[in-house]
Amino acid sequence: MQKNNSVIGQERIQKKLKQRYRAEKRFRRLGLFAVITALSFLAILLISISSKGYTAFQQTYIKLEIPLSHEILDVKNLANADYPGLVKASLRQMFPDVKGRRDKRKLYGLVSTGAAFELQDRIIEDPTLIGEKISMWVPASSDVDMFMKGQIPKNVSENERRIKDNEIEWIDWLQQEERIEKRFNTVFFTAGDSRDPELSGIRGALSGSIFTLFITLLLSFPIGAATAVYLEEFAPKNKWTDLIEVNINNLAAVPSIVFGLLGLAVFINFFGLPRSVPLVGGLVLTLMTLPTIIIAGRAALKAVPPSIREAALGVGASPMQTVLHHVLPLAMPGMLTGTIIGMAQALGETAPLLMIGMVAFIVDVPGSFTDPSTVLPVQIFLWADSPERGFMERTSAAIMVLLVFLITMNAVAIFLRKRFERRW
Amino acid sequence: MSTTFIISLLLGLSIAGYFFGYRRSITLASPIGGVKNLHSRPAYYGMLVALWCGLPTFIIFLVWQSLEPSIISSLMIADLPLDYQNLPKNQLGLIINDIKNLATGNIVAGEKNAIMHAAANHYVQLQILSKWIKGGALLVLGLITLIIVCRRITPEQRARNHVEKIIRIVLFCCSTIAILTTLGIILSVLFESIRFFKAVPITDFLFGLKWSPQTAIRADQVGSSGAFGAVPVFIGTMMISAIALFIAVPIGLMSAIYLSEYAGKKFRTIAKPLLEILAGIPTVVYGFFAALSVAPFIRQTGGLLGLDVSSESALAAGLVMGIMIIPFVSSLSDDVINAVPQSLRDGSYALGATRSETIRNVVVPAALPGIIGGILLAASRAIGETMIVVMAAGLSARLTANPLETVTTITVQIVTLLVGDQEFDSPKTLAAFALGLLLFVATLILNVIALVVVRKYREQYE
Repeated sequence: MQKNNSVIGQERIQKKLKQRYRAEKRFRRLGLFAVITALSFLAILLISISSKGYTAFQQTYIKLEIPLSHEILDVKNLANADYPGLVKASLRQMFPDVKGRRDKRKLYGLVSTGAAFELQDRIIEDPTLIGEKISMWVPASSDVDMFMKGQIPKNVSENERRIKDNEIEWIDWLQQEERIEKRFNTVFFTAGDSRDPELSGIRGALSGSIFTLFITLLLSFPIGAATAVYLEEFAPKNKWTDLIEVNINNLAAVPSIVFGLLGLAVFINFFGLPRSVPLVGGLVLTLMTLPTIIIAGRAALKAVPPSIREAALGVGASPMQTVLHHVLPLAMPGMLTGTIIGMAQALGETAPLLMIGMVAFIVDVPGSFTDPSTVLPVQIFLWADSPERGFMERTSAAIMVLLVFLITMNAVAIFLRKRFERRW
Repeated sequence: MSTTFIISLLLGLSIAGYFFGYRRSITLASPIGGVKNLHSRPAYYGMLVALWCGLPTFIIFLVWQSLEPSIISSLMIADLPLDYQNLPKNQLGLIINDIKNLATGNIVAGEKNAIMHAAANHYVQLQILSKWIKGGALLVLGLITLIIVCRRITPEQRARNHVEKIIRIVLFCCSTIAILTTLGIILSVLFESIRFFKAVPITDFLFGLKWSPQTAIRADQVGSSGAFGAVPVFIGTMMISAIALFIAVPIGLMSAIYLSEYAGKKFRTIAKPLLEILAGIPTVVYGFFAALSVAPFIRQTGGLLGLDVSSESALAAGLVMGIMIIPFVSSLSDDVINAVPQSLRDGSYALGATRSETIRNVVVPAALPGIIGGILLAASRAIGETMIVVMAAGLSARLTANPLETVTTITVQIVTLLVGDQEFDSPKTLAAFALGLLLFVATLILNVIALVVVRKYREQYE
């Protein structure tokens, strides 16, 4: 009887064991599934953005033959000549069959409005060209550009596409004559913002970002390092020090938009600093990144073993000399890593900068810390709001540029950590 | 005299001070038998002079710089004819703006007249005068301190101790900036909020069910009465955050468990940094992704299922925000799971438990406070997240529980109320600060609870 019981018990255990092993497997698969889901989100995000954006690195150009007659171009008054007229005349010459106002307007729409400015620049630079017939490549309009890149499908009815049948005919003819081609898009890297997608670029936003980050780095690294050194090496254990520590930990988790409110209320309204300038943006981002840098700096200082301090103190160095000559140099790689990560955070930050007015439409490339400007993430935000198809492509491309910067910064941080990290 | 010139002048003066102090200490040392008879090394004497010469002038420079604009404008206003000065405040403000634009050579909106031109000239003159006085005064002050400190150098002077004391004070001042920042946030948000609550009772704000912050500009305008009941905004914020947590907590937690308990070393070293990338991607990129890829996708899928999905649905924003906070949940959980002592696991294995049973019945319960702390931190991230919701969620404040409809959040409202030019005393702009105060308080409470929970838990096993 007893034996029988134990056999039944064993059978039950065996059965249960199978179940338990199955549950084990299920749980393990669930975990793997979670990791893979998270990683596939990352992959989808990156693929969707780069598949939309890679075309922006090319731009369509059209070759025009432009006769520069003396009647239209007065050498003494080159600034006021009718350059758009010259471009239009050249287009009419290429397509003499186009009649009717509406068709003609469409024809002129093949090239960008920037073509006239390029022509003007070229003639003002070299007035001896007048009287000759020059051929030059000018940017095509955004719609033509989109069509050439296959973003506007041919096989839908004419009413539903922005490029009509006769325009397709012209483009086909231009292609036959090899007068239209895609080239590397230099405008994207050399121009500021513009209302026309084909003339807009990220240079303005990029220099705004550089000015802003320069201010941030200039302020946040010394202040952050000094705070970390004080708290880790000199601060007495008292209520005030506790208060500082609690504050820093809290500031690290305050939403970034609240820092924007602070900037708006204190720097702009109270101190009367101008709006939309990199100086104020840098100040706000400094306050935002300080906690990151301080926390990383303290961790780096903590990692320096006490024996270093004891040895320095033992040969007669003062506490300050111990820190400045021995502890700080050893902690520096860790501090720099933290600073770079903080800078990467600041480079990608948008919300607080919206609050202090860095969202204005600014065409000029900023040249100083007090010029109105915008930054790369805000430029992405502004372009993402524009309805034109051409801007969508450029938004994705700007995101790719931003991500390249961020990945480079993080890679440098990781390299620094790997290269200079010491295990004591 | 430009600002950069003044700064480089002061810097140059400090460097000169260093060399004068250095040389002076050496000349003093040579008659008494060389540098070894000085109290400190010559560099400290140099540093002493440099610090005394640089620091006070730099502080005065900063204070001057921050006060200069307001003093100059009030001087200019005092010089305007009386009938201008007696104008109402906002009209005077417009005129002053025009004058400043005239002075800097910008385009002027209003009409210009001789008085304004004169005022603009006066303004420019005052600016130039201020720059010269500032530069001159700082230069003289710097020189005087340089000479005094230099002449007072003696071989017995305790220069090193003096310099170290100054450095310590500077370090201390830097560390107080954190407190000043918090104070600045609280004061700026609180101050404007109090002004808002004078116009709109606080109970209306906290418990009102209608949010439409457009106030009428003209008295006879239709449909812009301005209602500041923030409940729909709170509901929207909570709904989007809840969706985000619903995505992020299971995925983040399971990834953390898999990575810390199951994964091999190789898989871990590759997968973990890749997960961290999700946290490093700028939020504006997530916003673009949500608005242009996820929202249309959800809309189409909903259409196939016969559901009416808004193009700015809460689901799209919440989903993408969930992706963003996965790494917060996973890396914080990872830390606490790793902190659970191995002996607990070994005990469980010894009783015959499988790995998953050990994890579910021993490791996770032991790590639970830390995991909850991590989730609270992730929740505070979600509430304060701005760009995703600004780009992918809607503006209309609706009281709904349907995640397929459009809702709005606190951060979206702050951005829409404050972006662009606005007056600073309308209830509309002040409402943004009231919302900011709520946001700050809410995240502060979540953070404090999370930090306390995490810290308490950590101490248990250390």
